[in-house]
Amino acid sequence: MSKPAHIAAMFDRIGGVNALPVVLMIIALPLIGSFSSWVTLTVAGLAMGMMIFLMASGLSLVFGLMDVLNFGHSAFISFGAFIAASVLAWLAAWVGADSLTLNFLALFAALGAATLFGLAAGWFFERVIIKPVYSDHLRQILITIGALIVSEQIILAVWGGSPIPVPRPALLEGSFVIGDVAIEVYRVFAFFLGLAVFIALTLVLNRTRIGLLIRAGVEDREMVEALGFRIDRLFIAVFMTGSALAAMGGAMWAGYQGLISGALGGEMMILVFIVVIIGGLGSIEGSLLGALLVGLLGNYVAFIFPKLALASNMILMMAILLWRPWGLRPAVGK
Amino acid sequence: MTDTALASAPSADPARKGRMIVYVVALLIGLALAFAPFLFQDVRSNQVAARICVFIVLAASYDLLIGYTGIVSFAHTMFFGLGAYGAAIALKSMGPGWDAVLAGGVAGVVLAAILAVLIGVLSLRVKAIFFAMVTLAAASVMMVLASQFSDFTGGEDGIVYSAPALFKPAMKLMTDDAGKVVKLFGVSMNGKIAAYYFVFLTCLVLFLALMRIVRSPLGTVLEAIRENEMRAEAIGYRVVAYRTSVFVIAAVIAALAGTVWAVWLKYTGPDTTFSFAIMIDILLMVVIGGMGTMVGAVIGVVLMSLAQFYLKDLMEAAAQATANIPLLPDLLDPDRWLLWLGLLFILLVYFFPAGIAGTLMKKGGH
Repeated sequence: MSKPAHIAAMFDRIGGVNALPVVLMIIALPLIGSFSSWVTLTVAGLAMGMMIFLMASGLSLVFGLMDVLNFGHSAFISFGAFIAASVLAWLAAWVGADSLTLNFLALFAALGAATLFGLAAGWFFERVIIKPVYSDHLRQILITIGALIVSEQIILAVWGGSPIPVPRPALLEGSFVIGDVAIEVYRVFAFFLGLAVFIALTLVLNRTRIGLLIRAGVEDREMVEALGFRIDRLFIAVFMTGSALAAMGGAMWAGYQGLISGALGGEMMILVFIVVIIGGLGSIEGSLLGALLVGLLGNYVAFIFPKLALASNMILMMAILLWRPWGLRPAVGK
Repeated sequence: MTDTALASAPSADPARKGRMIVYVVALLIGLALAFAPFLFQDVRSNQVAARICVFIVLAASYDLLIGYTGIVSFAHTMFFGLGAYGAAIALKSMGPGWDAVLAGGVAGVVLAAILAVLIGVLSLRVKAIFFAMVTLAAASVMMVLASQFSDFTGGEDGIVYSAPALFKPAMKLMTDDAGKVVKLFGVSMNGKIAAYYFVFLTCLVLFLALMRIVRSPLGTVLEAIRENEMRAEAIGYRVVAYRTSVFVIAAVIAALAGTVWAVWLKYTGPDTTFSFAIMIDILLMVVIGGMGTMVGAVIGVVLMSLAQFYLKDLMEAAAQATANIPLLPDLLDPDRWLLWLGLLFILLVYFFPAGIAGTLMKKGGH
């Protein structure tokens, strides 16, 4: 057996592309040196990855199902962040209260408001903005860019241009200490929220009739339509879910950052695009994989070579495109 | 000229009439730009005229991509910025001189070409939409790099430098017997005029080169690829090679425009070159003017540049008139002009996807 084939076989045996985040973690450990910093960075990377996954999964599914790429996706992220910030500021008494119930209610209200807005805005966006330009990529890009401009301007008009502080519920403040490693509660929460969403999405896609139709639609839309299913209704449901998840991700990100400005959407959009490209368009697993890679690499590189943080993700994207032009785990083969 | 043409052919089809109107308007704009220093004699108008010249080249080279080849790139300002930063860094470190402009410009152009080849080969193989995402990511990374390597690029503050001696306001192009600067039609023949005509003439040459490219056999092949990629491939044209080369051509022209812009502005920073706002401007200009027409770029740039000044005044007045109503003044604030332009843009893409020039010329967009 020749050497490259040997390596490839070994790579597949340890889990193929799915093992990449673990490989990255193992490589990073000696480079960082200190174990406690490594744990902190890894937790931060996983949390960030999960939040980006929330934002990216919808975009990827929408593209896979309907061949629609929404360049205005980041508008949902921004709106989610700003709405959550406003709700938390409005419920300041609950946020600061010493009662876990009130804390939890405030958090639930903020995430819920963002998600509900995402659902409603997703419906509006799909019906009004995107529906007239199905199957025309060029006009799709142009129209969604136009919608992005308008949404960003609306955010500026409503919330102003200066950064807004985001109060964090006392429940999620602070960190717990294991040995000499401190782990922030918020990061753990973000990680498990993302994981829960991933599991829910996987279950719906793989275990329900609707999920079956969605997967079939990603694979071959026309055939599903020919069998008599109204794929456009399915699509609007997927679009709304994707927008709601993006808004939820934005809300989580706002709490993570603690201070948000109008530039948030644009910054996240780049990461979301990189994630979707790395992961392969149309697949949830690909998005998760890409998001974790981007989150981990971003945090490690920011620690080792601070100046290269964003460029590192770009280099990662270039490398993966060279290796697999369709991304790591595309939903549909070439 | 239009009158005689119409009189001699009263039954001329509307497309021909439209084409006439578009070309006459473009010609008038060209003439206005050619005599701009004499027609509008204040510093601000001169600045606007030079900006229009540079952006016509920038928008036209973008039209080559989006209109003629059907590829959407968000990295156009990246190439523009590379050309500008090349010249800026060279002018700063080598001192003001033509050697610096040449060295910096060539460095910027070569770098832009290499990057364009890399991006093109890597991602033009797959779907157009994928390409748009890759270029967007590349451009934003370049923007971050420019602001982070501040020793080299001046970071957010940018670089201030001097232009070659010929363009200094103190330079005397023509002197009378007493050694004073000659005034022609009330305009002093100093370095400012030289700088403007440097911008105007280079941009004219670049624009004509672009016109030549789209009229050449290459342009026809590009349109064939845009209309039906499979068929073009089947006839025997290597689609990826054509797309990549046109991407490189557009990148090189954008970088050259960037060099000219840097020499004129004597300042280069992220806001004047790399910013995403400029990318949006170019996109709006091309789409409003008319994709795939070249002259559309001219009309789009002029309209956008004028709108940037006059729409703001109009909104200022509207905001004051509605000061008592909640939210509305915020939406009508002059800083929110992009909001209204964005709405206009969406409507335009819905109803007139061919843009102004394309609609008049009855040249279908997509």
